[in-house]
Amino acid sequence: MTTGIVTVLITTFLASAVEAIEMVTIVVGVGATRGWRSTLLGAAAGFVVLAVLVAGFGLALSAIPIAPLRLVIGALLLIFGLQWLRKGVVRVAARGFAGMQIDTQEADDVWTGTGVDWTAFVLAFKGVLLEGLEVAFIVVSVGATAGQLGAAVTGGGAALLVVGALGVALLRYVARIPRSFLQLVVGLLLTTFGSFWATEGLGVSWPGGDGAILGLLAVYLLTAAINIAIERRGAHRGKSTLNLTEVAR
Amino acid sequence: MMRVMSWLVGFSRFWYRFIIGDDWTVAASLALGLVVTALLNAAHFPAWWVIPLIVVVTLRVSVQRSQRRRTPSA
Repeated sequence: MTTGIVTVLITTFLASAVEAIEMVTIVVGVGATRGWRSTLLGAAAGFVVLAVLVAGFGLALSAIPIAPLRLVIGALLLIFGLQWLRKGVVRVAARGFAGMQIDTQEADDVWTGTGVDWTAFVLAFKGVLLEGLEVAFIVVSVGATAGQLGAAVTGGGAALLVVGALGVALLRYVARIPRSFLQLVVGLLLTTFGSFWATEGLGVSWPGGDGAILGLLAVYLLTAAINIAIERRGAHRGKSTLNLTEVAR
Repeated sequence: MMRVMSWLVGFSRFWYRFIIGDDWTVAASLALGLVVTALLNAAHFPAWWVIPLIVVVTLRVSVQRSQRRRTPSA
């Protein structure tokens, strides 16, 4: 009995931790790049909707079709992530990894208005809702199957707390990363997760399962590096046609 | 009424910027990639490679488009 509880606890902790890492990565990346207020509002709204869904559906939660959610959320993250990745490539190619401070050319990426930055809100909301639902599915399916729902809830909850605390602890280091580089990294991550979820949402299986996320990240990182190298080589030859308007966006 | 219209305009503008952004070809090529992925999967062909390929090609094309916008004569 004890062995069963421990097994369920460890299984749900590890499986939920993977999802929680994706959730925290998106929230921290978006917050550091766009600003924290709207990002945290979006994350909080995601948790509220998630709590309502979990409270409303309970064990029937697994009946919610996750594939259409993955497709819609993944496609939106993919489109936005690729646009950010392009901007990151152009900026890093033009100015290198400089730009610790937010200069006037980059100012419009940071929300300066008094209202809500809906871009940051929506990105954080979607990341928290989708990943939170996946954690809930893991908890419900493993817990109900093993007849150890309490242990499963504990394992899933502990994973969210531990990974969330790690994310908070890393904030000060993330804040030190040059903005142009940060935009490149967040663009890479959103494009990677977006590719994975949107394709999975269409019912396609990835070779290697969740491990394909690392493969995608490697391919996109290499692609970005090649693009930066091409642009920088062009600039050194004096033929660079880097769009300064683009850089300024 | 004016407040509702203003909200609708702002809402539409937000989604336009979010999806279309400053290069409509990014959203268009990814949409095409998702359709191709769905069709290949429905025909029981491996389709996981489509979106990564589209991303790699689209990124290069989009960076080049930003270059051309600066120098139309190039």
